[in-house]
Amino acid sequence: MNARRQKSPSGSSRKKTSGATVPSSLPAGDILVDVRDVHMNFGGRDVLRGLSLQIPRGSVTAIMGGSGCGKTTLMNLIGGRLKPTAGQILVDGQSVPDLEKDELFELRKRMALLFQTGALFTDLSVFENVAFPIREHTKLPEPILRKVVLMKLETVGLRGARDLMPSELSGGMARRVALARAIVMEPMMIMYDEPFTGLDPISKGVIAKLIRELNQSLGITSIVVSHDVAETCLISDYAYLVGDGRIIGQGTPAEVQKSGSEHVRQFMDGLPEGPVPYQYPTKTGYIDDLVAGNT
Amino acid sequence: MNAIANLGRIFLSALERLGRAGLFLAETAAGTVTLVRRFPLVMQQVYAVGVLTLLIILVSGLFVGMVLGLQGYNTLVRFGAEDSLGLLVALSLVRELGPVVTALLFAGRAGSALTAEIGLMKATEQIAGMEMMAVDPVKRVIAPRLVAGIIAMPLLAALFSAIGVLGGHLVGVGLLGVDAGAFWSQMQSGVDFQEDIMSGVLKSLVFGVVCTWIAVFEGYDAVPTSEGVATATNHTVVYSSLAVLAIDFIMTSLLLTEV
Repeated sequence: MNARRQKSPSGSSRKKTSGATVPSSLPAGDILVDVRDVHMNFGGRDVLRGLSLQIPRGSVTAIMGGSGCGKTTLMNLIGGRLKPTAGQILVDGQSVPDLEKDELFELRKRMALLFQTGALFTDLSVFENVAFPIREHTKLPEPILRKVVLMKLETVGLRGARDLMPSELSGGMARRVALARAIVMEPMMIMYDEPFTGLDPISKGVIAKLIRELNQSLGITSIVVSHDVAETCLISDYAYLVGDGRIIGQGTPAEVQKSGSEHVRQFMDGLPEGPVPYQYPTKTGYIDDLVAGNT
Repeated sequence: MNAIANLGRIFLSALERLGRAGLFLAETAAGTVTLVRRFPLVMQQVYAVGVLTLLIILVSGLFVGMVLGLQGYNTLVRFGAEDSLGLLVALSLVRELGPVVTALLFAGRAGSALTAEIGLMKATEQIAGMEMMAVDPVKRVIAPRLVAGIIAMPLLAALFSAIGVLGGHLVGVGLLGVDAGAFWSQMQSGVDFQEDIMSGVLKSLVFGVVCTWIAVFEGYDAVPTSEGVATATNHTVVYSSLAVLAIDFIMTSLLLTEV
Protein backbone atom coordinates (compact mmCIF):
# COMPACT_ATOMS: atom_id res chain seq x y z
CA MET A 1 0.00 0.00 0.00
CA ASN A 2 2.91 2.32 0.79
CA ALA A 3 4.55 1.68 -2.52
CA ARG A 4 1.39 2.74 -4.30
CA ARG A 5 1.28 6.04 -2.47
CA GLN A 6 4.87 6.87 -3.25
CA LYS A 7 4.52 5.94 -6.87
CA SER A 8 1.68 8.26 -7.64
CA PRO A 9 3.57 11.61 -7.89
CA SER A 10 5.57 10.42 -10.86
CA GLY A 11 2.67 8.85 -12.76
CA SER A 12 4.31 9.56 -16.11
CA SER A 13 1.44 8.46 -18.32
CA ARG A 14 -0.97 10.89 -16.74
CA LYS A 15 -1.73 14.35 -18.02
CA LYS A 16 0.48 16.95 -16.39
CA THR A 17 -0.99 19.92 -14.60
CA SER A 18 1.66 22.37 -15.74
CA GLY A 19 -0.88 24.82 -17.14
CA ALA A 20 -2.01 25.85 -13.68
CA THR A 21 -1.08 29.26 -12.44
CA VAL A 22 0.14 28.70 -8.92
CA PRO A 23 -0.13 31.63 -6.53
CA SER A 24 3.27 32.78 -5.35
CA SER A 25 2.61 32.10 -1.69
CA LEU A 26 1.56 28.46 -2.24
CA PRO A 27 3.90 26.01 -0.53
CA ALA A 28 6.35 24.41 -2.93
CA GLY A 29 5.50 21.01 -4.38
CA ASP A 30 3.33 19.72 -7.19
CA ILE A 31 -0.41 20.14 -7.42
CA LEU A 32 -2.60 17.17 -6.44
CA VAL A 33 -6.01 18.75 -6.96
CA ASP A 34 -6.54 21.37 -9.62
CA VAL A 35 -9.97 22.97 -9.91
CA ARG A 36 -10.26 25.32 -12.87
CA ASP A 37 -13.08 27.78 -13.45
CA VAL A 38 -15.79 25.44 -12.19
CA HIS A 39 -19.45 26.42 -12.45
CA MET A 40 -22.17 24.46 -10.72
CA ASN A 41 -25.88 25.02 -11.07
CA PHE A 42 -28.54 23.34 -8.94
CA GLY A 43 -32.08 23.78 -10.23
CA GLY A 44 -31.45 27.28 -11.61
CA ARG A 45 -29.33 28.46 -8.67
CA ASP A 46 -25.63 29.08 -9.29
CA VAL A 47 -23.75 27.53 -6.37
CA LEU A 48 -20.29 27.87 -7.88
CA ARG A 49 -19.42 30.61 -10.36
CA GLY A 50 -16.01 30.18 -11.86
CA LEU A 51 -14.20 28.81 -8.83
CA SER A 52 -10.52 27.91 -9.27
CA LEU A 53 -8.10 26.54 -6.71
CA GLN A 54 -5.06 24.33 -6.40
CA ILE A 55 -4.25 21.93 -3.60
CA PRO A 56 -0.52 21.20 -3.28
CA ARG A 57 0.51 17.62 -2.54
CA GLY A 58 1.42 16.87 1.05
CA SER A 59 -0.13 20.00 2.55
CA VAL A 60 -3.05 20.81 4.79
CA THR A 61 -5.25 23.18 2.82
CA ALA A 62 -8.25 24.87 4.35
CA ILE A 63 -11.33 25.82 2.39
CA MET A 64 -13.39 28.18 4.50
CA GLY A 65 -16.63 29.96 3.87
CA GLY A 66 -20.09 30.56 5.23
CA SER A 67 -22.77 27.89 5.33
CA GLY A 68 -24.27 27.24 1.92
CA CYS A 69 -21.42 28.86 0.01
CA GLY A 70 -20.72 25.69 -1.96
CA LYS A 71 -17.93 24.11 0.12
CA THR A 72 -19.57 20.70 0.37
CA THR A 73 -20.53 20.86 -3.32
CA LEU A 74 -16.88 21.46 -4.10
CA MET A 75 -15.90 18.32 -2.17
CA ASN A 76 -18.51 16.26 -3.92
CA LEU A 77 -17.15 17.53 -7.22
CA ILE A 78 -13.58 16.58 -6.31
CA GLY A 79 -14.80 13.16 -5.14
CA GLY A 80 -16.69 12.66 -8.40
CA ARG A 81 -20.12 12.40 -6.76
CA LEU A 82 -21.30 15.37 -8.83
CA LYS A 83 -20.41 16.57 -12.30
CA PRO A 84 -19.77 20.32 -12.78
CA THR A 85 -21.95 22.36 -15.13
CA ALA A 86 -18.72 23.75 -16.60
CA GLY A 87 -15.01 23.75 -15.80
CA GLN A 88 -12.27 21.24 -15.12
CA ILE A 89 -11.40 19.19 -12.05
CA LEU A 90 -8.12 17.32 -12.05
CA VAL A 91 -7.08 14.98 -9.25
CA ASP A 92 -3.59 13.52 -9.54
CA GLY A 93 -3.66 14.50 -13.22
CA GLN A 94 -6.93 12.71 -13.99
CA SER A 95 -10.01 14.64 -15.06
CA VAL A 96 -12.59 13.49 -12.51
CA PRO A 97 -15.83 14.33 -14.40
CA ASP A 98 -14.64 12.37 -17.46
CA LEU A 99 -13.76 9.15 -15.62
CA GLU A 100 -15.71 5.94 -16.18
CA LYS A 101 -17.23 4.34 -13.09
CA ASP A 102 -14.40 1.78 -12.77
CA GLU A 103 -11.71 4.43 -13.15
CA LEU A 104 -13.48 6.68 -10.66
CA PHE A 105 -13.63 3.83 -8.13
CA GLU A 106 -9.90 3.17 -8.66
CA LEU A 107 -9.20 6.85 -7.95
CA ARG A 108 -11.48 6.82 -4.90
CA LYS A 109 -9.48 3.98 -3.40
CA ARG A 110 -6.69 6.54 -3.10
CA MET A 111 -8.80 9.33 -1.63
CA ALA A 112 -11.02 9.47 1.40
CA LEU A 113 -13.88 11.74 2.41
CA LEU A 114 -14.64 12.18 6.07
CA PHE A 115 -18.31 12.99 6.36
CA GLN A 116 -19.59 15.45 8.92
CA THR A 117 -21.67 12.74 10.58
CA GLY A 118 -18.97 10.11 10.25
CA ALA A 119 -21.30 7.95 8.13
CA LEU A 120 -20.36 4.81 10.09
CA PHE A 121 -22.27 1.65 9.23
CA THR A 122 -24.72 1.28 12.08
CA ASP A 123 -24.97 -2.50 11.75
CA LEU A 124 -21.22 -3.07 12.13
CA SER A 125 -19.01 -2.72 15.20
CA VAL A 126 -16.19 -0.19 15.39
CA PHE A 127 -13.67 -2.88 14.43
CA GLU A 128 -15.73 -4.06 11.47
CA ASN A 129 -16.32 -0.49 10.31
CA VAL A 130 -12.59 0.12 10.13
CA ALA A 131 -12.00 -3.30 8.56
CA PHE A 132 -14.69 -2.69 5.93
CA PRO A 133 -12.53 -1.13 3.16
CA ILE A 134 -9.82 -3.79 3.64
CA ARG A 135 -12.33 -6.63 3.44
CA GLU A 136 -13.88 -5.11 0.32
CA HIS A 137 -10.70 -4.30 -1.57
CA THR A 138 -8.09 -6.81 -0.48
CA LYS A 139 -7.75 -10.47 0.44
CA LEU A 140 -5.63 -9.78 3.51
CA PRO A 141 -5.52 -12.79 5.87
CA GLU A 142 -7.48 -12.29 9.07
CA PRO A 143 -4.48 -12.04 11.50
CA ILE A 144 -2.85 -9.30 9.43
CA LEU A 145 -6.16 -7.50 8.93
CA ARG A 146 -6.63 -7.50 12.70
CA LYS A 147 -3.20 -5.95 13.23
CA VAL A 148 -3.80 -3.24 10.62
CA VAL A 149 -7.19 -2.33 12.08
CA LEU A 150 -5.86 -2.22 15.65
CA MET A 151 -2.96 -0.02 14.55
CA LYS A 152 -5.31 2.47 12.93
CA LEU A 153 -7.61 2.44 15.95
CA GLU A 154 -4.58 3.05 18.19
CA THR A 155 -3.66 6.06 16.03
CA VAL A 156 -7.00 7.67 16.82
CA GLY A 157 -6.88 6.47 20.43
CA LEU A 158 -9.85 4.12 20.24
CA ARG A 159 -8.30 0.67 20.32
CA GLY A 160 -10.26 0.04 23.49
CA ALA A 161 -13.55 0.85 21.76
CA ARG A 162 -13.20 -1.79 19.07
CA ASP A 163 -16.21 -3.84 20.18
CA LEU A 164 -18.62 -0.94 20.60
CA MET A 165 -21.41 -0.31 18.14
CA PRO A 166 -21.64 3.14 16.45
CA SER A 167 -24.77 3.96 18.47
CA GLU A 168 -22.67 3.73 21.65
CA LEU A 169 -20.14 6.35 20.52
CA SER A 170 -20.14 10.08 21.18
CA GLY A 171 -19.98 12.48 18.23
CA GLY A 172 -16.25 13.02 18.62
CA MET A 173 -15.53 9.30 18.94
CA ALA A 174 -17.64 8.51 15.88
CA ARG A 175 -15.63 11.01 13.88
CA ARG A 176 -12.38 9.46 15.10
CA VAL A 177 -13.56 5.98 14.10
CA ALA A 178 -14.52 7.39 10.70
CA LEU A 179 -11.03 8.87 10.48
CA ALA A 180 -9.46 5.49 11.28
CA ARG A 181 -11.61 3.97 8.54
CA ALA A 182 -10.57 6.73 6.14
CA ILE A 183 -6.84 6.11 6.66
CA VAL A 184 -6.98 2.31 6.76
CA MET A 185 -6.30 2.04 3.01
CA GLU A 186 -3.54 4.66 3.33
CA PRO A 187 -4.98 7.15 0.86
CA MET A 188 -3.00 9.91 -0.82
CA MET A 189 -5.61 12.48 0.19
CA ILE A 190 -8.33 13.01 2.79
CA MET A 191 -11.12 15.54 2.50
CA TYR A 192 -12.62 16.58 5.83
CA ASP A 193 -16.17 17.92 5.64
CA GLU A 194 -16.73 20.25 8.61
CA PRO A 195 -14.59 18.13 10.96
CA PHE A 196 -15.13 20.43 13.95
CA THR A 197 -18.86 21.06 13.77
CA GLY A 198 -20.83 20.04 16.82
CA LEU A 199 -17.83 18.91 18.87
CA ASP A 200 -16.80 19.97 22.37
CA PRO A 201 -13.46 21.85 22.72
CA ILE A 202 -11.54 18.72 23.76
CA SER A 203 -12.79 16.67 20.81
CA LYS A 204 -12.09 19.60 18.50
CA GLY A 205 -8.52 19.72 19.74
CA VAL A 206 -8.16 15.96 19.30
CA ILE A 207 -9.43 16.06 15.72
CA ALA A 208 -7.21 19.04 14.88
CA LYS A 209 -4.17 17.24 16.31
CA LEU A 210 -5.03 14.09 14.34
CA ILE A 211 -5.41 15.97 11.06
CA ARG A 212 -2.01 17.58 11.55
CA GLU A 213 -0.30 14.35 12.69
CA LEU A 214 -1.70 12.23 9.87
CA ASN A 215 -0.50 14.83 7.42
CA GLN A 216 3.00 14.79 8.89
CA SER A 217 3.45 11.08 9.63
CA LEU A 218 1.76 9.58 6.56
CA GLY A 219 2.24 12.49 4.16
CA ILE A 220 -1.48 12.53 3.40
CA THR A 221 -2.67 15.61 1.53
CA SER A 222 -5.49 17.07 3.56
CA ILE A 223 -8.33 19.34 2.54
CA VAL A 224 -10.22 20.78 5.47
CA VAL A 225 -13.56 22.29 4.59
CA SER A 226 -14.80 24.28 7.54
CA HIS A 227 -16.33 27.47 8.79
CA ASP A 228 -14.49 27.15 12.09
CA VAL A 229 -11.90 29.89 11.55
CA ALA A 230 -9.77 29.52 14.67
CA GLU A 231 -9.27 25.73 14.63
CA THR A 232 -8.81 25.57 10.88
CA CYS A 233 -6.23 28.36 10.67
CA LEU A 234 -4.24 26.70 13.42
CA ILE A 235 -3.63 23.49 11.48
CA SER A 236 -3.56 24.56 7.83
CA ASP A 237 -0.61 25.55 5.64
CA TYR A 238 -2.72 27.42 3.15
CA ALA A 239 -6.26 28.72 3.17
CA TYR A 240 -8.87 29.56 0.58
CA LEU A 241 -11.92 31.61 1.41
CA VAL A 242 -15.02 30.85 -0.63
CA GLY A 243 -17.87 33.30 -0.97
CA ASP A 244 -20.46 34.00 -3.60
CA GLY A 245 -19.46 30.83 -5.49
CA ARG A 246 -15.84 31.82 -6.05
CA ILE A 247 -12.57 32.33 -4.19
CA ILE A 248 -12.61 35.68 -2.39
CA GLY A 249 -9.33 35.36 -0.56
CA GLN A 250 -6.32 33.07 -0.26
CA GLY A 251 -2.93 32.80 1.34
CA THR A 252 -1.32 31.41 4.45
CA PRO A 253 -3.67 31.61 7.44
CA ALA A 254 -1.73 34.62 8.71
CA GLU A 255 -2.08 36.41 5.38
CA VAL A 256 -5.79 35.69 5.19
CA GLN A 257 -6.32 36.94 8.71
CA LYS A 258 -4.59 40.22 7.83
CA SER A 259 -6.47 40.63 4.54
CA GLY A 260 -7.98 44.05 3.90
CA SER A 261 -10.81 42.73 1.70
CA GLU A 262 -14.19 43.67 3.10
CA HIS A 263 -15.70 40.26 2.29
CA VAL A 264 -12.82 38.38 3.94
CA ARG A 265 -12.92 40.66 6.97
CA GLN A 266 -16.65 40.05 7.44
CA PHE A 267 -16.11 36.30 7.53
CA MET A 268 -12.93 36.25 9.63
CA ASP A 269 -14.37 38.66 12.21
CA GLY A 270 -17.87 37.19 12.15
CA LEU A 271 -19.68 40.46 11.37
CA PRO A 272 -23.45 40.22 10.78
CA GLU A 273 -23.50 42.97 8.13
CA GLY A 274 -21.16 43.38 5.17
CA PRO A 275 -20.93 42.17 1.59
CA VAL A 276 -22.92 39.10 2.71
CA PRO A 277 -26.26 40.69 3.65
CA TYR A 278 -28.04 39.82 6.90
CA GLN A 279 -31.41 39.67 5.15
CA TYR A 280 -32.26 36.92 2.74
CA PRO A 281 -33.02 38.75 -0.53
CA THR A 282 -36.70 39.54 -1.16
CA LYS A 283 -38.51 41.25 -4.02
CA THR A 284 -40.91 43.31 -1.88
CA GLY A 285 -40.06 45.93 0.70
CA TYR A 286 -40.65 45.21 4.40
CA ILE A 287 -43.54 47.69 4.82
CA ASP A 288 -45.21 46.64 1.54
CA ASP A 289 -44.98 43.01 2.63
CA LEU A 290 -46.62 43.72 6.01
CA VAL A 291 -49.36 45.90 4.50
CA ALA A 292 -50.13 43.33 1.79
CA GLY A 293 -51.61 41.02 4.43
CA ASN A 294 -54.45 43.54 5.16
CA THR A 295 -56.34 43.03 1.92
CA MET B 1 -56.31 22.59 -20.19
CA ASN B 2 -54.21 22.84 -17.07
CA ALA B 3 -55.71 19.66 -15.69
CA ILE B 4 -54.77 17.74 -18.81
CA ALA B 5 -51.25 19.15 -18.68
CA ASN B 6 -50.99 18.10 -15.04
CA LEU B 7 -52.27 14.63 -15.84
CA GLY B 8 -49.68 14.35 -18.58
CA ARG B 9 -46.95 15.51 -16.23
CA ILE B 10 -47.92 12.97 -13.58
CA PHE B 11 -48.03 10.20 -16.18
CA LEU B 12 -44.65 11.18 -17.61
CA SER B 13 -42.99 11.37 -14.21
CA ALA B 14 -44.46 7.98 -13.28
CA LEU B 15 -43.16 6.55 -16.53
CA GLU B 16 -39.74 8.10 -15.94
CA ARG B 17 -39.62 6.57 -12.47
CA LEU B 18 -40.64 3.18 -13.83
CA GLY B 19 -37.80 3.45 -16.33
CA ARG B 20 -35.36 4.27 -13.57
CA ALA B 21 -36.63 1.34 -11.52
CA GLY B 22 -36.10 -0.92 -14.54
CA LEU B 23 -32.53 0.25 -15.04
CA PHE B 24 -31.96 -0.15 -11.31
CA LEU B 25 -33.19 -3.76 -11.46
CA ALA B 26 -30.91 -4.47 -14.41
CA GLU B 27 -27.94 -2.96 -12.55
CA THR B 28 -28.77 -4.98 -9.45
CA ALA B 29 -29.15 -8.16 -11.47
CA ALA B 30 -25.72 -7.55 -12.99
CA GLY B 31 -24.40 -6.94 -9.48
CA THR B 32 -25.57 -10.34 -8.23
CA VAL B 33 -22.60 -11.91 -10.03
CA THR B 34 -20.32 -10.63 -7.28
CA LEU B 35 -22.45 -12.32 -4.62
CA VAL B 36 -20.64 -15.62 -5.05
CA ARG B 37 -17.80 -14.03 -3.09
CA ARG B 38 -20.20 -12.42 -0.63
CA PHE B 39 -22.53 -15.32 0.06
CA PRO B 40 -22.59 -14.71 3.84
CA LEU B 41 -24.25 -11.36 3.11
CA VAL B 42 -27.09 -13.16 1.32
CA MET B 43 -27.49 -15.59 4.23
CA GLN B 44 -27.68 -12.66 6.63
CA GLN B 45 -30.45 -11.10 4.56
CA VAL B 46 -32.35 -14.37 4.18
CA TYR B 47 -32.43 -14.40 7.96
CA ALA B 48 -33.62 -10.76 8.10
CA VAL B 49 -36.35 -11.00 5.47
CA GLY B 50 -37.17 -14.71 5.78
CA VAL B 51 -36.68 -16.07 9.26
CA LEU B 52 -37.89 -12.92 10.97
CA THR B 53 -41.06 -12.98 8.84
CA LEU B 54 -41.73 -16.61 9.74
CA LEU B 55 -43.88 -16.02 12.80
CA ILE B 56 -46.43 -13.76 11.12
CA ILE B 57 -46.56 -16.13 8.14
CA LEU B 58 -47.16 -19.23 10.28
CA VAL B 59 -49.81 -17.64 12.49
CA SER B 60 -51.62 -16.12 9.51
CA GLY B 61 -51.40 -19.40 7.59
CA LEU B 62 -52.93 -21.31 10.47
CA PHE B 63 -55.88 -18.94 10.76
CA VAL B 64 -56.47 -18.72 7.01
CA GLY B 65 -56.49 -22.55 6.88
CA MET B 66 -58.92 -22.72 9.79
CA VAL B 67 -61.28 -20.21 8.18
CA LEU B 68 -61.10 -22.13 4.90
CA GLY B 69 -62.00 -25.29 6.83
CA LEU B 70 -65.06 -23.65 8.37
CA GLN B 71 -66.30 -21.89 5.25
CA GLY B 72 -65.53 -24.82 2.99
CA TYR B 73 -67.34 -27.29 5.23
CA ASN B 74 -70.34 -24.99 5.43
CA THR B 75 -70.68 -24.90 1.66
CA LEU B 76 -69.70 -28.49 0.87
CA VAL B 77 -72.01 -30.04 3.45
CA ARG B 78 -75.02 -28.66 1.57
CA PHE B 79 -74.11 -30.90 -1.35
CA GLY B 80 -73.00 -33.77 0.84
CA ALA B 81 -69.47 -33.28 -0.47
CA GLU B 82 -67.73 -32.54 2.84
CA ASP B 83 -65.24 -35.33 2.13
CA SER B 84 -63.68 -33.01 -0.46
CA LEU B 85 -62.81 -30.47 2.22
CA GLY B 86 -59.11 -31.46 2.18
CA LEU B 87 -58.95 -30.92 -1.56
CA LEU B 88 -60.67 -27.55 -1.36
CA VAL B 89 -58.41 -26.27 1.40
CA ALA B 90 -55.23 -27.52 -0.27
CA LEU B 91 -56.07 -26.18 -3.73
CA SER B 92 -57.13 -22.75 -2.44
CA LEU B 93 -53.94 -22.45 -0.45
CA VAL B 94 -51.42 -23.85 -2.89
CA ARG B 95 -52.72 -22.09 -5.98
CA GLU B 96 -53.90 -18.75 -4.61
CA LEU B 97 -53.91 -17.86 -0.98
CA GLY B 98 -50.45 -19.19 -0.15
CA PRO B 99 -48.49 -17.10 -2.65
CA VAL B 100 -50.77 -14.04 -2.53
CA VAL B 101 -51.29 -13.65 1.20
CA THR B 102 -47.62 -14.44 1.85
CA ALA B 103 -46.61 -11.74 -0.61
CA LEU B 104 -48.96 -9.22 1.01
CA LEU B 105 -47.63 -10.03 4.47
CA PHE B 106 -44.06 -10.01 3.15
CA ALA B 107 -44.57 -6.51 1.72
CA GLY B 108 -45.90 -5.29 5.06
CA ARG B 109 -43.28 -6.92 7.25
CA ALA B 110 -40.06 -7.40 5.25
CA GLY B 111 -40.57 -4.97 2.36
CA SER B 112 -41.25 -1.97 4.56
CA ALA B 113 -38.25 -2.87 6.74
CA LEU B 114 -36.00 -3.08 3.68
CA THR B 115 -37.16 0.31 2.40
CA ALA B 116 -36.76 1.99 5.77
CA GLU B 117 -33.31 0.47 6.29
CA ILE B 118 -31.95 1.47 2.89
CA GLY B 119 -33.64 4.89 3.05
CA LEU B 120 -32.07 5.59 6.43
CA MET B 121 -28.68 4.37 5.21
CA LYS B 122 -29.03 6.98 2.49
CA ALA B 123 -30.20 9.69 4.90
CA THR B 124 -27.25 9.07 7.24
CA GLU B 125 -24.77 9.17 4.33
CA GLN B 126 -23.82 5.50 4.73
CA ILE B 127 -24.56 4.89 1.05
CA ALA B 128 -22.55 7.95 0.03
CA GLY B 129 -19.74 6.88 2.36
CA MET B 130 -19.66 3.47 0.73
CA GLU B 131 -19.44 5.05 -2.72
CA MET B 132 -16.57 7.22 -1.57
CA MET B 133 -14.78 4.11 -0.32
CA ALA B 134 -15.02 2.79 -3.87
CA VAL B 135 -17.56 0.15 -2.86
CA ASP B 136 -20.62 -0.05 -5.10
CA PRO B 137 -23.67 0.06 -2.81
CA VAL B 138 -25.79 -1.64 -5.46
CA LYS B 139 -23.54 -4.69 -5.26
CA ARG B 140 -22.88 -4.56 -1.53
CA VAL B 141 -26.28 -3.50 -0.14
CA ILE B 142 -28.99 -3.96 -2.78
CA ALA B 143 -28.05 -7.18 -4.58
CA PRO B 144 -27.89 -9.41 -1.45
CA ARG B 145 -31.29 -8.11 -0.33
CA LEU B 146 -32.90 -8.74 -3.70
CA VAL B 147 -31.54 -12.29 -3.90
CA ALA B 148 -32.58 -12.97 -0.30
CA GLY B 149 -36.13 -11.83 -1.04
CA ILE B 150 -36.33 -14.11 -4.07
CA ILE B 151 -35.05 -17.06 -2.02
CA ALA B 152 -37.29 -16.38 0.97
CA MET B 153 -40.64 -15.78 -0.71
CA PRO B 154 -41.32 -19.28 -2.16
CA LEU B 155 -40.17 -20.90 1.07
CA LEU B 156 -42.46 -18.71 3.13
CA ALA B 157 -45.36 -19.37 0.75
CA ALA B 158 -44.77 -23.13 1.01
CA LEU B 159 -44.79 -22.96 4.80
CA PHE B 160 -47.92 -20.81 4.73
CA SER B 161 -49.73 -23.41 2.62
CA ALA B 162 -48.48 -26.31 4.73
CA ILE B 163 -49.59 -24.81 8.01
CA GLY B 164 -52.84 -23.72 6.37
CA VAL B 165 -53.62 -27.31 5.41
CA LEU B 166 -52.98 -28.31 9.02
CA GLY B 167 -55.34 -25.54 10.15
CA GLY B 168 -58.01 -26.82 7.79
CA HIS B 169 -57.48 -30.34 9.15
CA LEU B 170 -57.74 -29.08 12.69
CA VAL B 171 -61.13 -27.52 12.06
CA GLY B 172 -62.52 -29.95 9.48
CA VAL B 173 -61.44 -33.25 11.00
CA GLY B 174 -60.96 -32.27 14.62
CA LEU B 175 -63.95 -29.99 15.09
CA LEU B 176 -66.50 -30.72 12.40
CA GLY B 177 -66.03 -34.46 12.10
CA VAL B 178 -64.89 -34.85 8.49
CA ASP B 179 -63.30 -38.26 7.94
CA ALA B 180 -59.52 -37.98 8.21
CA GLY B 181 -58.88 -40.60 5.56
CA ALA B 182 -61.13 -38.85 3.05
CA PHE B 183 -59.58 -35.47 3.91
CA TRP B 184 -56.05 -36.65 3.05
CA SER B 185 -56.81 -39.07 0.20
CA GLN B 186 -58.97 -36.58 -1.73
CA MET B 187 -56.16 -34.08 -1.36
CA GLN B 188 -53.56 -36.59 -2.50
CA SER B 189 -55.44 -37.61 -5.63
CA GLY B 190 -56.76 -34.15 -6.50
CA VAL B 191 -53.71 -31.91 -6.18
CA ASP B 192 -51.48 -32.05 -9.25
CA PHE B 193 -47.81 -31.38 -8.74
CA GLN B 194 -47.18 -29.66 -12.06
CA GLU B 195 -50.44 -27.79 -12.46
CA ASP B 196 -51.18 -26.78 -8.89
CA ILE B 197 -48.07 -26.80 -6.77
CA MET B 198 -45.61 -25.59 -9.40
CA SER B 199 -47.92 -22.81 -10.53
CA GLY B 200 -48.06 -21.63 -6.92
CA VAL B 201 -44.28 -21.78 -6.62
CA LEU B 202 -43.91 -19.84 -9.87
CA LYS B 203 -46.29 -17.19 -8.59
CA SER B 204 -44.43 -16.78 -5.32
CA LEU B 205 -41.12 -16.53 -7.18
CA VAL B 206 -42.49 -13.69 -9.31
CA PHE B 207 -43.97 -12.02 -6.22
CA GLY B 208 -40.59 -12.38 -4.52
CA VAL B 209 -38.86 -10.51 -7.35
CA VAL B 210 -41.54 -7.80 -7.57
CA CYS B 211 -41.98 -7.14 -3.84
CA THR B 212 -38.25 -7.03 -3.10
CA TRP B 213 -37.55 -4.96 -6.20
CA ILE B 214 -40.14 -2.37 -5.17
CA ALA B 215 -38.83 -2.34 -1.59
CA VAL B 216 -35.15 -1.85 -2.45
CA PHE B 217 -35.87 0.67 -5.21
CA GLU B 218 -38.13 2.77 -2.99
CA GLY B 219 -35.44 2.78 -0.31
CA TYR B 220 -32.62 3.62 -2.70
CA ASP B 221 -34.67 6.32 -4.42
CA ALA B 222 -36.06 7.82 -1.20
CA VAL B 223 -35.64 11.50 -0.46
CA PRO B 224 -33.02 11.36 2.33
CA THR B 225 -35.12 12.99 5.04
CA SER B 226 -37.39 11.48 7.70
CA GLU B 227 -40.43 12.49 5.69
CA GLY B 228 -38.93 11.02 2.53
CA VAL B 229 -38.23 7.67 4.19
CA ALA B 230 -41.75 7.57 5.64
CA THR B 231 -43.26 8.21 2.20
CA ALA B 232 -41.04 5.60 0.60
CA THR B 233 -42.02 2.97 3.19
CA ASN B 234 -45.66 3.79 2.60
CA HIS B 235 -45.17 3.45 -1.18
CA THR B 236 -43.51 0.08 -0.76
CA VAL B 237 -46.51 -1.43 0.99
CA VAL B 238 -49.10 0.15 -1.32
CA TYR B 239 -47.31 -0.53 -4.61
CA SER B 240 -46.31 -4.08 -3.61
CA SER B 241 -49.86 -4.98 -2.61
CA LEU B 242 -51.35 -3.59 -5.82
CA ALA B 243 -48.66 -5.19 -7.96
CA VAL B 244 -49.14 -8.59 -6.30
CA LEU B 245 -52.91 -8.57 -6.82
CA ALA B 246 -52.67 -7.38 -10.42
CA ILE B 247 -49.92 -9.82 -11.33
CA ASP B 248 -51.84 -12.61 -9.63
CA PHE B 249 -54.79 -12.02 -11.94
CA ILE B 250 -52.57 -11.97 -15.04
CA MET B 251 -50.63 -15.07 -14.00
CA THR B 252 -53.75 -16.99 -13.03
CA SER B 253 -55.35 -16.31 -16.39
CA LEU B 254 -52.20 -17.47 -18.14
CA LEU B 255 -51.69 -20.55 -15.98
CA LEU B 256 -55.25 -21.87 -16.00
CA THR B 257 -55.11 -23.83 -19.24
CA GLU B 258 -58.69 -25.06 -19.09
CA VAL B 259 -60.19 -21.56 -19.33
